Amino acid sequence: MTTTTPDRLVDLDEVLTRYEPVIGLETHVELGTVSKMFCGCSTTFGAEPNTQTCPVCLGLPGSLPVANAAAVEHTIRIGLALGCRIASWSRFARKNYFYPDIPKGFQTSQYDEPLCTAGHLDVEVDGETYRVEIERVHLEEDTGKNLHVGGATGRIHGADHSLVDFNRAGIPLVEIVTRPIPGTGAKAPEVARAYVTELREIVQALGASDVRMEQGSLRCDVNTSLAPTGSLEWGTRTETKNVNSLRSVERAVRYEMRRQAAVLDAGGRVLQETRHFHEDTGSTSPGRSKEEATDYRYFPEPDLVPLAPDAEEVEKLAAGLPELPAARRVRLQEEWGLSATEMAWLVNADALGLVTDTVAAGASPAEARKWWLGELARRANDAGVELGDLAVTPRQVAELTALVADGTINDQLARQTLDGVLAGEGDPRQVVEARGLAVMGESDELVAAVEAAIAGAPDVVEKVRGGKVAALGALVGAVMKTTRGKADAATVRRMLEERVVGS
Amino acid sequence: MSTPSANEALGRDEIAHLARLSRLALTEEELDRFAGQLGAVLDAVAQVGKADVGDVAPTTHAVPLTNVLRADVATPSLPRDVVLAAAPAAEDDRFRVPRILGEE
Ligand SMILES: [Zn+2]
Repeated sequence: MTTTTPDRLVDLDEVLTRYEPVIGLETHVELGTVSKMFCGCSTTFGAEPNTQTCPVCLGLPGSLPVANAAAVEHTIRIGLALGCRIASWSRFARKNYFYPDIPKGFQTSQYDEPLCTAGHLDVEVDGETYRVEIERVHLEEDTGKNLHVGGATGRIHGADHSLVDFNRAGIPLVEIVTRPIPGTGAKAPEVARAYVTELREIVQALGASDVRMEQGSLRCDVNTSLAPTGSLEWGTRTETKNVNSLRSVERAVRYEMRRQAAVLDAGGRVLQETRHFHEDTGSTSPGRSKEEATDYRYFPEPDLVPLAPDAEEVEKLAAGLPELPAARRVRLQEEWGLSATEMAWLVNADALGLVTDTVAAGASPAEARKWWLGELARRANDAGVELGDLAVTPRQVAELTALVADGTINDQLARQTLDGVLAGEGDPRQVVEARGLAVMGESDELVAAVEAAIAGAPDVVEKVRGGKVAALGALVGAVMKTTRGKADAATVRRMLEERVVGS
Repeated sequence: MSTPSANEALGRDEIAHLARLSRLALTEEELDRFAGQLGAVLDAVAQVGKADVGDVAPTTHAVPLTNVLRADVATPSLPRDVVLAAAPAAEDDRFRVPRILGEE
């Protein structure tokens, strides 16, 4: 094993002086249908184990599958969004293998007649566009979930036996396979990540899946190979399985580039193998040797008749596609008057959707951006959570900006209001009321505070009257302090001027 | 798809490989016996190859049907106790299966 797991990794910069990477991605998306692919069982996530099964998805003898129309439609729409050719004739095939999470002894998938072929997706990294060719988009079914008992928890190693939950077995799964992606050089890890990010956004925009990587509704297998610079042939690739976050996609490619370079440098040979990614260390380790495609003994599924998407129906689906993320970014950038860099910041901060929703809820684009990229990004960072997981909704942020705009609160009070919202005290308006955060008007309390400040600093008053108007700032500060920031600074200044200068 | 063409003898190695894929433990004697038997079966099936099918499209379905689909509607599943009662072993509301051999 010393040849596959070297002691030392090669620095990425160094890797690129001698080798060129080629990457490829296989992405599985669990479709957001109500029922399974070939039976009526519910697909609700998190249900009690084995409560969503039936003779079809358990593979009991005599049961017959019927394909889910919505799943077929989602798959075609994903294909269309990726610029694919939609097959006029497509079939399911049996992929035969024995594993406890696959009750039928085969997975119903597609083989040589997938629904969609030959598409592409352009992704941008650091201002440069990379075209990712899509080889195919096909429809299949998910497997059950194994729980390995005994030995190390959750891993197969040392397990005595396994426990299987078939709730997930038969949930429609779309597999999107890229062609090998050469020419990305040092950007290979980022291109891989950008591709999955963009794909996720497209599927989300289509409403085809909730694409939650942490729940496994979007999973990636990442292929990586290295070839000596200038070589006409590509190197042997490894396939890193089940990489389950965007960050991990990037890390998996980076690790494999560094590991393979070390193996090749030492005169070794990269094995064509499946590898597992380890979130904790960011490394990969060898998995079971991949059974060759022919080992799956694919053959056309006799229990399901062919799909023959009607050209007119496909055209209707194409016409009905929503605005896709790339087009939307171009439009918003123009509408909001942003530079390309500003737009890239928004996208990289995963804030585009949040800002869009905040603007839709009535905030100005500038204010919405300011809050999400500033105060809220800071808080998410401090709390170690994703921006979108903060306990504040775009609608609440819009309400906050409205309260600032109409003078009810100032920026400092707005931050305190946000504390309350994040603490679950309700909407901004409720928090302002409950915590008494509204900016003071020209109330008796404020008049008293202003007069006390004047009375308490006769020397300052003298200076101001002597022409040093800037000295007034000290009095403003004193009033803000006694009112604990609740007064409006401009109002305070005007009231002070009226009494000190204007009288 | 991996079935060797009939004019190619089915070797012991291939039988062993297929047995492994099928999770079947075969003895040496069985490998020899099945290699012979399966060879005979393939020879018999190979006679189909004599038919002139030059302009016949491959047929996988005898009925000229396409697009048999169901609406995406959830229907009741089986009760769990019924499902698990049919399993050889169950534990923690799940199917209990033997440890998977040959894994890392
Ligand atoms: Zn079912």
